[in-house]
Amino acid sequence: MVKDGDTLTFLIESEKLSGTGVYHVDRTYDDFEWLQQHLFSQEEVSGIQGVIFPPLPVKAQVNASAKVIKQLGILGLGEWRAYCKAMETFVRQIAAHSILGKNNAVEIFLTSSDPPGRQRVRKNIFNRLSQAMEGMRKEGHKDVDEFFQTERDHNLVFTGCAKTAAERFLDVVQTEQKIAVACGHFSTALRLCVEQGEDPDKLDFSKVCVKLSEVFDSIQKNVTSVAENNVSTLGLGLDLESRYQEAEKEMLYRRTCKLVELETTRRNAEKAKPVKKAAMEEVKKAAETEFDHISGVAKEEIARLQAARVKMLQQALVQWCEKQLLTAKESADQFDQHLQAFRGMA
Amino acid sequence: DGMNAYMAYRVSIKTSISLFKSQEFSVKRRFSDFLGLHSKLASKYLHIGYIVPPAPEKSIVGMTKVKVGKEDQSSNEFVEKRRSALERYLMRTVKHPILLKDPNVLQFLESSELPRAVSTQALSSAGLLRMVNKAAEAVNKMTIKMNESDAWFEEKQQHFENLDVQLRKLHASVESLVCHRKELSVNTAQFAKSAAMLGNSEDHTALSRALSQLAEVEEKIDQLHQDQANADFYLFSELLGDYVRLIIAVKVRPLQINDCLNCQTTFEVSFTNPLFVFQLEGKVEQGERDFEQISKTIRKEVSRFEKERVTDFKAIIIKYLESLVQTQQQLIKYWDAFLPEAKAIS
Repeated sequence: MVKDGDTLTFLIESEKLSGTGVYHVDRTYDDFEWLQQHLFSQEEVSGIQGVIFPPLPVKAQVNASAKVIKQLGILGLGEWRAYCKAMETFVRQIAAHSILGKNNAVEIFLTSSDPPGRQRVRKNIFNRLSQAMEGMRKEGHKDVDEFFQTERDHNLVFTGCAKTAAERFLDVVQTEQKIAVACGHFSTALRLCVEQGEDPDKLDFSKVCVKLSEVFDSIQKNVTSVAENNVSTLGLGLDLESRYQEAEKEMLYRRTCKLVELETTRRNAEKAKPVKKAAMEEVKKAAETEFDHISGVAKEEIARLQAARVKMLQQALVQWCEKQLLTAKESADQFDQHLQAFRGMA
Repeated sequence: DGMNAYMAYRVSIKTSISLFKSQEFSVKRRFSDFLGLHSKLASKYLHIGYIVPPAPEKSIVGMTKVKVGKEDQSSNEFVEKRRSALERYLMRTVKHPILLKDPNVLQFLESSELPRAVSTQALSSAGLLRMVNKAAEAVNKMTIKMNESDAWFEEKQQHFENLDVQLRKLHASVESLVCHRKELSVNTAQFAKSAAMLGNSEDHTALSRALSQLAEVEEKIDQLHQDQANADFYLFSELLGDYVRLIIAVKVRPLQINDCLNCQTTFEVSFTNPLFVFQLEGKVEQGERDFEQISKTIRKEVSRFEKERVTDFKAIIIKYLESLVQTQQQLIKYWDAFLPEAKAIS
């Protein structure tokens, strides 16, 4: 990933499964958005509304506003490494998706030397799909299917928990970063205590100060390492989990809206005057078919997500634990070395 | 309880020095008793060149809270801080070979009943300002003859002033470190709670268990952070705070001796830090020989102070490093225990 003035450019390398070539393209955030919008606007694919769309991180800028930084959460930390990883995950998830991966836009995104994002995008369906969150009053609408009602209830609770956990983990990491900075200041202040002259007492004190400042350099390294481990493993994991739960929430809501629509068409069909009845029945049948398709896709997506997230969290937790274990061992050694050095000082 | 109540501290002594009547004994003393002892020692020894350990700080706010029986965390901390400071004050005093033999000190340590100390009021800030102005006036009126003794004193005064600045910087950065560590403890506890909630809402059994374990590990780590914050606080913050005060005390002396050269000068003390109060006033009418004796005492004292400073520092740092090593080893234990839990998710 490369920084070019205010814009972040991503360098993507991909290889075709059929082995016909390796592609290198560069893309900006606008290109990712283009891809997402194309996927949203696949009206022709039946049941598309039942898909849990891989979540795209918020747009990042080099000098982002405070609001954007808050939205980014842990992805906004450091040198955009975590952000880059999240963008990579986004592309991977799309390419691997059984329905989405087949869309032409994916191929163009990954292989075309011309950046695709500079063209105007069809806005209509995008608006409908992603802005289905308008009028959330339908959210509480009772479901006809117990499986989905349970899933909705659970998702509601879980989305909140995941978001809170991700935010609190971010707080931890940010405090760790502050501690690292404070250690640096202390270390510098100690080195300023070095005194001139040949007075043996002064020299002794200076030696102690210098050695102590080295100790705090080590502490700073340790805390920095702990924070980096947190971000690159569990931090990313919690962030992805939180965004995926939101994505599932959006999908379930779209389905609920369809359900409301369906029930409306049924009522219309019942109440219709004989003249209009046939037409209304047609509409009702179409709505029923579409709703069934959506529910079918949704069930598969939910199962897929469940399996994927368990695996993802397991990986995150294992990597996190392994990295922190390694850091702790390294730090224990370093501190012990300092301890022996101090004991050895006359 | 109530405004007339006071906190009594138990002073327990174990000694083999023949000065004392018994080998192990203890007495009860109030804070004002400590102040009274300091005031007596200061008026007796400061003006002839000895470095008298400064009195522990008086804090009206902290003590009032304890008096009215507010049983909260901060008042317990205050009492502990004060107890710790009083202990250090006594240790410094008895370590001084001359002060230990002073009848005031012996009486303080042995007598079951001490006469109530009076005039332990801190100077008001208006009174302090008046004193500083008077001292500045007196200095302006004097003509100071320079000879080689003067040069040594001037260098020392400069040296102590530099040291003062350095130590204040250290003090500030340590306080920042302690503050952030406490913040980290709070944030870690919060994260632990949110991880526990995640675990509770999770359906997947093994993942749920791992998340609950995660919450437990984070709680344990929180405890480590608290211990570390306390270690930071006690080992460095108080020690540096003490040294800042001690520096002020030592600063006083060169001024006095300079005044002595003019023989019939009333000297007063000038402060750079109004927190620390020495009520010191006296007329010096001493000849050349007395001045020689005093200046010899001062040089010895300064050297003793510097050696003690280095020894103190090293001992404290070793303890600190030991706690650092221990913390990492605890962390290693926690991570080792968590890793199999994380791997067991599937």
